[in-house]
Amino acid sequence: MDHPIAVTFIRLIVALPLAGAAINFIAGAWLQKTFGKRAISFLGCGVVIAAFILAVRAFIAMIAIPPENRFMLDDLWKWFDVGGLNLDIAFWLDPLSMVMTLIVTGVGGLIHIYSIGYMHDDDGYWRFFGWLNLFTFAMLVLVLGDNLWLMFVGWEGVGLCSFALIGFWYKVTANTTAGNKAFIVNRIGDLAFVIALYSLFAGLQSIGHATLVTREVARYAPGLAGTALNFAGYQSAYPLVGFVTLLMFIGATGKSAQIPLYVWLPDAMAGPTPVSALIHAATMVTAGVYMVARLNFLFSMSPFTMGVIAVAGGLTALFAATIGVAQTDIKKVLAYSTVSQLGYMFAALGVGAYAAGVFHLMTHAFFKACLFLGAGSVIHAMGGEQDMRKMGGLRHKMPVTFVTFMAATLAISGVPPFAGFMSKDEIIWQAISHGHPVVWAMLLIGAGITVFYMFRQVYMTFFGEFRGTHEQEHHVHESPPSMANVLIALGALSVVGGLVMIPEFIVTFKPFEDFLDPVFSSEVTRRITEAGIHSHATEAAFGFVTFTVVVIGWLVADLMYQQQKLNPARFSQMFGGVPYEWVYNKYYVDEFYNRVIIQPYMFATRALAWFDSNIIDGVVNLAARIIVFLSWLSGLFDHYVVDGLVNFTSNLTLDVGGRLRRLQTGSINGYLYGILAAVMLILLVRAVVRA
Amino acid sequence: MLAQVIFYALAALTVGSAALVAFSRNIVYSTFALLGAFMGAVGIYILLAADFVAMVQLLVYVGGILVLTIFAVMLTAGIGDVKVSNRAVGTGPAIVVAGVVAIVMLYAVMRTQWHQAAAFTPAPTTYAIGNAFLGDYVLPFEVASLVLLAALIGAIVISRHEVRE
Amino acid sequence: MGGGITLNHFLVLSLIIFSLGLFTVLTRRNAIGILMGVELILNSANINYLAFAFYGGGKYDGQIFAIFVIMLAAAEAVIGLAVVLAIYQNFKTIDVDAAETLRG
Repeated sequence: MDHPIAVTFIRLIVALPLAGAAINFIAGAWLQKTFGKRAISFLGCGVVIAAFILAVRAFIAMIAIPPENRFMLDDLWKWFDVGGLNLDIAFWLDPLSMVMTLIVTGVGGLIHIYSIGYMHDDDGYWRFFGWLNLFTFAMLVLVLGDNLWLMFVGWEGVGLCSFALIGFWYKVTANTTAGNKAFIVNRIGDLAFVIALYSLFAGLQSIGHATLVTREVARYAPGLAGTALNFAGYQSAYPLVGFVTLLMFIGATGKSAQIPLYVWLPDAMAGPTPVSALIHAATMVTAGVYMVARLNFLFSMSPFTMGVIAVAGGLTALFAATIGVAQTDIKKVLAYSTVSQLGYMFAALGVGAYAAGVFHLMTHAFFKACLFLGAGSVIHAMGGEQDMRKMGGLRHKMPVTFVTFMAATLAISGVPPFAGFMSKDEIIWQAISHGHPVVWAMLLIGAGITVFYMFRQVYMTFFGEFRGTHEQEHHVHESPPSMANVLIALGALSVVGGLVMIPEFIVTFKPFEDFLDPVFSSEVTRRITEAGIHSHATEAAFGFVTFTVVVIGWLVADLMYQQQKLNPARFSQMFGGVPYEWVYNKYYVDEFYNRVIIQPYMFATRALAWFDSNIIDGVVNLAARIIVFLSWLSGLFDHYVVDGLVNFTSNLTLDVGGRLRRLQTGSINGYLYGILAAVMLILLVRAVVRA
Repeated sequence: MLAQVIFYALAALTVGSAALVAFSRNIVYSTFALLGAFMGAVGIYILLAADFVAMVQLLVYVGGILVLTIFAVMLTAGIGDVKVSNRAVGTGPAIVVAGVVAIVMLYAVMRTQWHQAAAFTPAPTTYAIGNAFLGDYVLPFEVASLVLLAALIGAIVISRHEVRE
Repeated sequence: MGGGITLNHFLVLSLIIFSLGLFTVLTRRNAIGILMGVELILNSANINYLAFAFYGGGKYDGQIFAIFVIMLAAAEAVIGLAVVLAIYQNFKTIDVDAAETLRG
């Protein structure tokens, strides 16, 4: 890690989608008008596919290098050097970011191609591809940034693009509201993340290594082991690393939709289906997982945070799965499924199975994208209908969609040898292996419920009688090749994608985990990952238990929805229908948040506004009135005193002048007397003075 | 004896003429009375052995000023109208004032011990005065000539302006 | 001077003429009348000067001063009469009470 290979091509991978976004935004409307949507398709998809090709080439180059040297650095320029913080715009390619880059550009590229067909009739075509490209760019910056601050730039960028794409059909207010919700909830997480970054930097600075470059943080992190959290000069008793990692996890809950900040993801289904597939299944929501994996050396140092992550992940996995059971919107089911699966990833990270978590991230990208795009295919065929109760028997009319959807469902259910089995089974085993029975139990039950609601969805949508209207029935058709081919590709990946990391009790073949090994090679992390039960027999036993649960889950779904032997209504009416009501309404979490957080906040806002307009403005107005009053007083003073003085002076002058004027009699006679008198007086004075 | 007679005769002439000047109603009468007063003064001057001064008085006062006064009187209207011509106003206060002044001065004259110098034989003064003017009193002499010049110019200016209008 | 004519006689004479001249100045309405009064006063002053010159030992300083007085009287009479004529031009009368435009 200390001597990375200097390269210059990584910037191209990042720059291509950016260029695509720039051209689409600046000239997109004109291009669409002049050359038609084809031009946008070529441009939008072309840049991402080109980036993918470059990523593949990088991968090929990387595996040619010995494992301990698989680190490439593309340093572009100095970003800023301020107050001890010296950061560059640089891209870091190591095994973890390599995997992420391949997923982002690969799955992302496939979804771009799918969008050609799905968004075909939309006038905002160029805008869609612009945002999609920009999102790809931001996500690449997130995974490839060599320092935490650059990662945060990407973090924010994907949040922005998510907001824009959720509210893509902005003319409907509900969509923009959903976008707002996503952005605001994300923001709460982002605040925690930023505070964590500041604290981390302060902590590192206090031990003499002020940096936020990830590989350097990895090197110096062990030095923070004994550092306590310093709160504005007050040395607390809490460890700094625990505080930092906890806050970072809170940031991750916002971005990756865990408890308590998951509420935005179901609402985000208001966006077009490719958006749901790309952002809310395959890439953006995995940013939190990536972040924790990337900073494993930090998280491993805090057992408390690891525990929190594991429990939160397990709880989310179970909780979201239960909500998914009662949903009737085809996309909502998948949304809660995503939340649940992300819980699995975090649970894996929390117990110390980092590689398993990242593996599940990859397989989930494959099958969840496939499921969402399949759902999009169904919605497209049903002319916009998303209610599963109006579907049924579509497997005959839409064979490709059906087959790929089925493949993805088997994958997510954890049926061997599909991809999901490999990753999910690994996680569940690791949970118990590292000694977290409660988490294991939650994940196990969650797996069962997952199978149930997924097959419920399949049976309701593709099997049985068609329950929609006659026009819908006539309209149903298979998707065009641009969409269908992507489904096939993703379906295939859902089948074979898991073969790169097979559970040990079957065969020892884990190239994926070995590939990622250099990333998780710090001492603290190794200690955690290597702990745990290594008995293959135990693993096989637990694997069997998991499989049994999966079968039971499928059986229940089959009985309820396929063979119609069990009536679902019986279960929903159980205990007076109250539990069902709760589950159907997502446990009223949104309403709870509204009552407890949002309304007090709005009240406080209104109170402050009242304060501002009445009291502060009142003070200002009062000040103004006082000044007006003072100036009125001053005016009085001026009017009466000053003017009085002036007038008095002039009146005095006039008066005296008037009186003196009478001396000028004009009578020469009088003047002569006057002269005489004066002369006499003078003589008299002189005579007297002389005497 | 003769001196007394001459003195009182001249004095009577002068005073009488002065009285006429003071009390006459007619301005022409006043003017000619003034002539009498001047003539009386000339006599008094000669009595006082001031021959040159008497001649100058005669030439300047009588020949110049008086003639000028007669001109002015003739040029200005109202001589026909007795009432207007030389009325007197406020005689009361004037008598009082003049009387007081006279009494005070009389008192001063009578009570003062005037220094009496030795008698001398009167001699012609012209030569001495002429010498003095260009000797001891040359400066006042020159200044006096300037004053006359100024008066001359002034008179021309004053009368000229009015005539032009 | 023989015959008992002393200085006092001349002084009294001079003061009588002075008083008459003063009276003229104070009472006359005619401007030229006033000037005549001034001439009388000057003349009385002259008599005074000359009397003192004579009775002061025959020195002629008094006489020189008397000449000056005469000269100044002449100058003043000239100006005065010029002014009187100017007033006559403006007011068509030489009644001093009529020339009261400077009345305040």
